[in-house]
Amino acid sequence: MSGAPAEILALALLAAVLGTAVVRPRGIPEVAVAVPAALLLIVVGAVGLDAAGDEIEQLAPTVAFLAAMLVLADLCEREGLFSAAGEMMARASRGRPVALMALVFAVAAGTTAVLSLDTTVVLLTPVVFATVTGLRLRPRPHVLACVHLANSASLLLPVSNLSNLLALRATGLSFTRFAALMALPWVAAIAIEWLVLRRAMAGDLALRGRPEPSGGTDRPHRVPRYVPAVLAAVLAGFVAASPLGVDPAWVAAAGALALAVPALARRRARPADLAQAIGVPFLLFVFALGVIVAGVAAHGLGDAVDALVPGAETLPALVATAFVAALLANLLNNLPATLLLLPPAAAAGPGTVLAALIGLNVGPNLTYTGSLATLLWRRILSRHGHDQDLGEFVRIGAVSVPLILVVSSAALWLALQGVGP
Amino acid sequence: MKALVWLRAESWEALAEAAASLLPAHAEITLLHVADAGAELAAEAPAAGLLGRRRHRPPHHTIEAISDEAAADLLAAAAERIGREVATEARRGRLEDVVVEAAEDADVLVCARDGDRDHRGPKSLAPPTRFVVDHVPCTVILAWPEAPPEGGPPPPPPPPPHHRRP
Repeated sequence: MSGAPAEILALALLAAVLGTAVVRPRGIPEVAVAVPAALLLIVVGAVGLDAAGDEIEQLAPTVAFLAAMLVLADLCEREGLFSAAGEMMARASRGRPVALMALVFAVAAGTTAVLSLDTTVVLLTPVVFATVTGLRLRPRPHVLACVHLANSASLLLPVSNLSNLLALRATGLSFTRFAALMALPWVAAIAIEWLVLRRAMAGDLALRGRPEPSGGTDRPHRVPRYVPAVLAAVLAGFVAASPLGVDPAWVAAAGALALAVPALARRRARPADLAQAIGVPFLLFVFALGVIVAGVAAHGLGDAVDALVPGAETLPALVATAFVAALLANLLNNLPATLLLLPPAAAAGPGTVLAALIGLNVGPNLTYTGSLATLLWRRILSRHGHDQDLGEFVRIGAVSVPLILVVSSAALWLALQGVGP
Repeated sequence: MKALVWLRAESWEALAEAAASLLPAHAEITLLHVADAGAELAAEAPAAGLLGRRRHRPPHHTIEAISDEAAADLLAAAAERIGREVATEARRGRLEDVVVEAAEDADVLVCARDGDRDHRGPKSLAPPTRFVVDHVPCTVILAWPEAPPEGGPPPPPPPPPHHRRP
């Protein structure tokens, strides 16, 4: 099968996979639809067996890297790193909301950069929520800060976002060079988030909480010293690995092992917990999604996306690339959008890939839930009794996202002039 | 006499004091806390964008559980401060809607200013409380969370439209 029928089938299957991910009918995980969909595309010949094999081979090192980082983050949580961060924020803020938001910004930006946006959304956000309610403050500004930074602060390092990990191989940039080029766009994105949220949430931030969190008499969480030490060593390892020709995935694996051994020995984690942390279904899902997107790209849409990506690395071209990427991320979800955009962006050069990442990573704040489909589904649900919709949060994203796309792309352009592509 | 006290985290002490000192001894007092469903949704919704990377949390770690615990803690603290027999009620939803609905059969609602507390004036009521004050059918006691700000006479009314500069 090829041409228009193949394109239609591949797009329909992609829509079905993303639809399952959003709706989760009867709790069916997305992998249960994605793998059969990928196999179907191979069986009907819409994706050749060789092409599918190539795609999986290309994705394999990135997926291994991701697995190691997922284990690392999970073990950090088991050792109480995030609970300790919550207690630190509560103590240091002394119930002052603006001080607390500054601390949330610092912790969320750091967590996202080093341990990825997933960690911030899944592990840090509940801690921030608990910290804020413990101080008898309103959660909105702090929760929004945490969630927004999970996307905006994921520009800095290749490990901050799965899209960056995928792009790292496509660009051929080293870990250090990636970080050097993205540092300025990252700072710009965080600064804009601060200005926008500080203003949008001024009312809630004018209140005063109590200086001591509730449950202050509980024994504070003590994080074993080796946990931050291992994280620091992993970061240093990432920087050192590229010049030595070592794949950074090995560094992440070594870090995961360094935390896993004491956690297993002290019975803070069982082997089954670690297996669960790896998230095998998700890794399979990434492979299957790669094959499906290869099918989507091979029969026409790839050329259409090629035409949308400006080839040059001038300032207007970088800004345009970021906007195209943000649009695509909101239409699809950032992961399939990354898989679709990377080949044409990589052909244009590393600057274009990094501009695309600005759009792919920051863009999801626009629809708040990461894609239009999720937002629409939420709206449908809200008509059936859930009386909350995400309108207020979407309005804030509508201010911050375009600003960040422009300013961070300009910052990237400056970095490209200074550091060189 | 049925009295409803809408407890807010940041002003619960002033609300408890107002209830204790202003409500008559025979009043049946209900303390109401409404968990802000919008804030809970804000914390939970983005996980959907992670596709399979969202993880299943044990039930006591969910945002709702954290929120419920904070509400129970607040209601207990306020009940103790009032020092009378009170009923407590924890609900969740859009704040203003839940409070207006709960106040339908109350005779008095005690609530607190939740806007700009540095200046007297209309901005001292933020939108949820403004909506509640405008829509409840009962008498409202409106507390200042802290000592009210210093303020002289109210500002002069704005000039009529034709005097305004374009």
